[in-house]
Order: sequence, then C-alpha cells, then structure tokens
Amino acid sequence: MGTRDCQHICGESSPAVGEAGKTGEWRDSFPVIDQEKCLPVRQNKPSCFLCWLYCPDAVINKTIPIQINMEYCKGCGICAQVCPAHAITMVNEEGFCPNETD
Amino acid sequence: MARKASTWILDGNHAAAQGAKLSRVQVIAAYPITPQSPVTETLSEFVEGGKLDAQYIAVESEHSALAVCTSASMVGARTFTATSSHGLAYMHEMLHWAAGARLPVVLAGVNRAIGAPWNVLNDQQDSISQRDTGWIQIYARNNQEILDSIIQAYKIAESIYVPVMVCYDGYVLSHTEMPVDVPSQEAVDRFLPPYKPHTILDPANPKNYNLVTLANPRINAEGVLCHGYMELRYLLQEALQDSREMIIKVGQEFGELFGRSYANMFWENRLDGADIVIVAMGSLAMEAIVAADMLREAGHKVGVLGLRVFRPFPKADVMKALKKSRLVVIFDKNISYGLEGATCSEIKSALYGSSVRAVIRNFIVGLGGRDVKARELVDAVNKSLLSVKEGDLNKEYPEWICGI
Repeated sequence: MGTRDCQHICGESSPAVGEAGKTGEWRDSFPVIDQEKCLPVRQNKPSCFLCWLYCPDAVINKTIPIQINMEYCKGCGICAQVCPAHAITMVNEEGFCPNETD
Repeated sequence: MARKASTWILDGNHAAAQGAKLSRVQVIAAYPITPQSPVTETLSEFVEGGKLDAQYIAVESEHSALAVCTSASMVGARTFTATSSHGLAYMHEMLHWAAGARLPVVLAGVNRAIGAPWNVLNDQQDSISQRDTGWIQIYARNNQEILDSIIQAYKIAESIYVPVMVCYDGYVLSHTEMPVDVPSQEAVDRFLPPYKPHTILDPANPKNYNLVTLANPRINAEGVLCHGYMELRYLLQEALQDSREMIIKVGQEFGELFGRSYANMFWENRLDGADIVIVAMGSLAMEAIVAADMLREAGHKVGVLGLRVFRPFPKADVMKALKKSRLVVIFDKNISYGLEGATCSEIKSALYGSSVRAVIRNFIVGLGGRDVKARELVDAVNKSLLSVKEGDLNKEYPEWICGI
C-alpha cells in the first residue's frame, strides 16, 4: 500500500495531537520537577505555572502536581530555564553522554 | 459560435495584458523590469480604471511578486505576474515553491538576456534556466499566440494544478505591434470557468499546507499514511508527464471556440516528406520558416519544427516528427554553459533509443538581442549539409553565429 491513498497533492496536515509522530523520541534530556520546590505544590493552589506558559509544545498541564507529557516533550529545557524556584532539572536520557570522547 | 472578435494592433506586452484581463485574474503582483514593465503597467491601469476587478499589489521585488501570487493562489485567487531575465532569476526559489505547492499561477516571461554583462535585449536564457523548476513552459511565436496562450495557460494550470510560464521574445515581440484578434469577454468566460482551488484556508477546518515534510512517509494522527517529500515530488513529475493530454485538449477546445487551434506540442511547417528539419522556438520559429522557403527554392526538402511546449518536453512527438530526417539543425537562443543549447540536448534525449540516425547540428544564435537573419539560418543549414557528407553525426560543442 503506497501513500497515494492520502489524496494530498501538496504537503498537508491538520492540527492534532501527534500529527508529526511521537516527537518525544527526539529528545536527549528530559525535565524532572522537584516537588518540594515547585510553587503550586508548596502552596497547594494554582499559581506560577510559568513552565506551562513557556512550553513551546504545550505538553505541560496546569495540575498539582504538574504533569509533563513525555510522549511529546522534546527536552528543549525552556521550562527549567524559566522556573523561578529552580525546581526543574534537565536529566540526560540513558545512553546520551555529551562529554564522551573516543 | 462566439461573438466575433475584433482585431487590434497590439504589441506583445499589450497582448499579454489583454490575455490576463480577459482571464479575469484576481490578484496581480509584479515588479517592473525591462522589457516587461508595460504588461503590468497596463494591468494596473485596467484595475485603476475599473476595467478589471482585481487587486494590484506593487511589491518591492520579483521574489515578493511570486510570493504574493503563491499566497493569493493558496487562498483561491487566480493570480498573474510578469517578469524577465534578472527578475525571473530573483523569483527562482519561488518558482520551485509554486510548482511544489501545485499552485496554478500563470507567469508571462518576456525573454531577455541575463547579465553579466548587462543587456536588456532578447534571448531565451532566462526561461531556459528555469526549466527544472516544474513549471509548464509555452513559447509564443507572435503576439496572437501570446494572448491565446495566456488564456489557455489558466485552463491548463487550473485543471492539473501545475503553474504555467508563457514565454515570448523581449522587444522582438514585446515591443513590436501586430494585428491581434482580441476575443470577447463572453467567449473567454465560456472557455475559462472560475478557479477551483485544491487548498483553501478555512478557520472551521484549519490545515497546514506545504509543511516541513520528512524524507519518509509518515502516519498522521488519523492513521493515514502521508507522502514523504519524494512522493510529493513524484506527483509533480507525474502531473507534468500526463499534462500533454490536457495541453492538447485545451488547445483543441480553444480552436473550436476561437477558430485558432493549439492542439499540438509544436508547430509543424512542411515536415511531411522533409529530410532536413530546422528546430527553433519563439519568434525564431517564424524566421526559420523564411529560411525554409529559401532552402526549398534551392531544392532542399526542409521542414520547420517550431517548438511550442518546452516543458513537458514532447519526447514522443519529437521522435515521431523527426523519424524520416537525416539532418536536424537546431537553433538555440540560449546555451547550457559547458555543454550546448538546451533544445539540442533535449532533442537528442528524445531521440535516444529510436531508430533515427540523423545528423544533429546546434547553432547558438541571437544572444543579447543579436539580430538573427533568415540568410544566416540558411547558411548554417548549408554548412551543416556539408558535414552530413562527412558522416559526422554529432559535434562535441555547438557553433555560434556571432562576430568571434
């Protein structure tokens, strides 16, 4: 079965979750939230949520505790950069060694 | 039968403008360049004077002109632009884009030499240089064909979603007045229905067109296997390969309604029974007929193949037309530097695998507006005939008719 069935004659897509596939597979590091530092968790009420606001892929939910959709998180690290409580750390994916030399 | 057309004295640029006006173009975006400027100046006067219901957008460059045309075409407008030489070169990236996006933009290419050095006069290097972009390319021999080809261009483009370039020689045609039958608007309306776009921007059904497309096909969120880059580009080539049928059909329909048939990929002049064929494109094809007359008087059986559709290149038709030839003399107003004239290469490509064993000779003529006289074409054919005697099928490089 070829691609002709899609009936597109030019590049075409509709907005949908996962339209470009599981883009989480692209990342080499992932965000880890320290719940003791995260402001909404500490205050136990909706507040801050700057990570949600800045996430370019909209994979962060405004929940307490904050949830990040790891199927689509590309590991850009913007959430870690903007968190005012420094609650987010980027951790390398297993097998990714940035300083490895032969 | 269509209401009788009236005959006007028009230069090529005004013929092109009339063609666009009669085609009821909706968006015109253009930047001036010699010798094209009168086309779009005339169209802007039509718009300003309320004679053409269109948006005229004066952009700051030819690149922008085609960018505006492609954008307008994406949202369903029938668009037009015109340019030459450096302007066409400036549009190069967008030419690729329009073809890949499958947008039926029509462009009038007024053939002008390209620098360095600066030259505003005629040759066909500019449009020949764009032959790889995926546009249909049609060459006009005279001002009637310019007007007619633009109208047909919209019908072809909008039927198969491939952009079309109508090329005509700068100054030789663009600034030379000839009698032209200008069809009535009612007749053109009957021939050319409104544009039905294949893409439409609709907030109720949002889509992303011509997005980043990876090498491999991908499964979208609905589970449908979508084209990768290569598949989309295959479809463009397929559309061009199949376009011959539509080009001929539109040419035939045009003939039925307006009395001038374009049901061909090239104009044949006394090809039947000719063993010497002259190949030329654009206004040069008319000069070639004069040369053929002179050669016939001298007893040679000469025919002229006036190439009309350069892309898609009519390989099968050319092979058939040249079957009985023993000498093919190809005049090119262009050259692919390091090799030979483009038409020559393409004719050789068409003949590969056939039983045709004709001698092929290529002459580069008319660059930078150098006048080409029928006498010179005759001399070139006679010179080529001498090499037929020597049994020399092919020369490594073309000869040039110039002052070197």
